[in-house]
Amino acid sequence: MSCFLCNSSLGKKLVMSVTGCCLVLFLLFHMSMNLVALISPEGYNAICAFLGANWYAVVATVGLAAFVVLHFVYALILTINNYRARGTQRYAVTANEPGVEWASKNMLVLGVIVVLGLGLHLVHFWSKMMLVELMGQHQNALGLDPTNGAVLVAYTFSKWYNVVLYIVWLAALWLHLNHGVWSMFQTVGWANDTWYPRLKCAAKVVSTLIILGFMAVVVAFFVCSLCGACPAAGCAGCGACH
Amino acid sequence: MNFTLKIWRQKDAKSKGAFETYEVKNISADTSFLEMLDILNNDLVHAGKEPVAFDHDCREGICGMCSLHIDGHAHGPAQAVTTCQMYMRKFKDGATITIEPWRSAAFPVIKDLVVNRGAYDEILQAGGFVSVRTNSVPDGNAIPIPKADADESMDAAACVGCGACAATCKNGSAMLFVAARVSSLAKLPQGRVEGARRAKAMVAKMDELGFGNCTNTGACQAECPKQISIAHIARLNREFLAAKLQD
Ligand code: HEM
Ligand code: SF4
Ligand code: FES
Repeated sequence: MSCFLCNSSLGKKLVMSVTGCCLVLFLLFHMSMNLVALISPEGYNAICAFLGANWYAVVATVGLAAFVVLHFVYALILTINNYRARGTQRYAVTANEPGVEWASKNMLVLGVIVVLGLGLHLVHFWSKMMLVELMGQHQNALGLDPTNGAVLVAYTFSKWYNVVLYIVWLAALWLHLNHGVWSMFQTVGWANDTWYPRLKCAAKVVSTLIILGFMAVVVAFFVCSLCGACPAAGCAGCGACH
Repeated sequence: MNFTLKIWRQKDAKSKGAFETYEVKNISADTSFLEMLDILNNDLVHAGKEPVAFDHDCREGICGMCSLHIDGHAHGPAQAVTTCQMYMRKFKDGATITIEPWRSAAFPVIKDLVVNRGAYDEILQAGGFVSVRTNSVPDGNAIPIPKADADESMDAAACVGCGACAATCKNGSAMLFVAARVSSLAKLPQGRVEGARRAKAMVAKMDELGFGNCTNTGACQAECPKQISIAHIARLNREFLAAKLQD
């Protein structure tokens, strides 16, 4: 029984679905948390302090990392299997089948972009916040306080190239989730012809909400850095961006 | 109507194949696709050349023998029909039509457009049946079955085992075929009894034969000549996972 998760195609897909679902739930939480930064820098920093180097935040981070690794490794294994199953001889002429989403055929490529973006994101934030605290230091590489998330956000998104990279990242995530969110229900068998239109619609809504939530913070802080005069929109007024 | 045909020719399983180009002329619009190939083969035989090998049997959409990947579509550009049920009026006069065999690691080419689909038979043998004691004919009304269940079972049973699903799938997955078989039996009381064993055995066989993993693209249902829905794949997933969790 324990093995069907590693040696059967449907077992492996179950792992993809469950890990994917947990990542989606995490993103929903993370996105809501970020929106606080728009309303109140103090509130955001309070959350940052709460989720600092505490045992529960560290445990959650490790768990999350394990899910990303599982999802990624299984995605690689499944995709390599699929490539082999397709055979060495390919069709000379191919056509798009009606009703097939582009994303559903390119989940690995989209996933790889998501992982690259995630790496960048960890360097930008995690390595300058939780990691700094875990190492017992009180200042990160930028000379900022590791618990002052709002300043770090303001600093990061004052750079236009970061804004562009984050938008590309979020676009890939949007496409991945457009398919992934309904596909995870199909994989565990909770779907039928009545529910496909509903599930696909829900997938669009969820992925769009997640993306817009994240995008709002990125864009607001970038615009804010241009004028520097709108602390109400979340600018801590620290001047770190100038 | 006149057509230019680009057809995959391959002497046997071991040799390397290549496309060859043929012209067919004066084809009536009501000629079926396979009849058009018959006309081509007639010409080839008269010219002392080797005719094109392709699979066919019933020529009325029920046996699942005909295959052919035509202009990028399994069973050609027409919807909800097998190759044998497609007519030349579906194509533009003067068109160039590319005809390829199914391409999937589990379906090796035997000759020209003929592939070995024995892998599907092996999956069926692994569990696509019901075990009953032979005896005198049972009373047809002894086991009442709700109409909705019977309908769903019949929809799944429409699968002719042609292989278009795995041949179309970018992942080389046989899930639609396996799901149709599992689903059509799972919805009936006679098949329900062995449901768990069947789902596990057929999925294990499918994996063993090297078919790929479904990523829910839905390309199979779009190309399936019997329009089998991927809702049956959802049922297979349910059947399989429930059976595994019970172990
Ligand atoms: C935060 C990040 C991610 C989230 C929220 C996420 C979410 C999901 C979800 C919900 C599914 C559908 C599962 C299913 O069909 O059962 C999925 C599928 C998939 N994911 Fe991700 N994913 C993420 C990152 C990645 C990464 C980094 C990769 C890496 C390469 C990846 C590759 C794939 C692939 C290939 C599939 C298709 C698997 C299949 O349907 O069989 N994903 N993802
Ligand atoms: S499910 Fe459709 S495409 Fe697949 S074998 Fe059956 S009839 Fe052919
Ligand atoms: S020849 Fe029987 S289905 Fe086409």
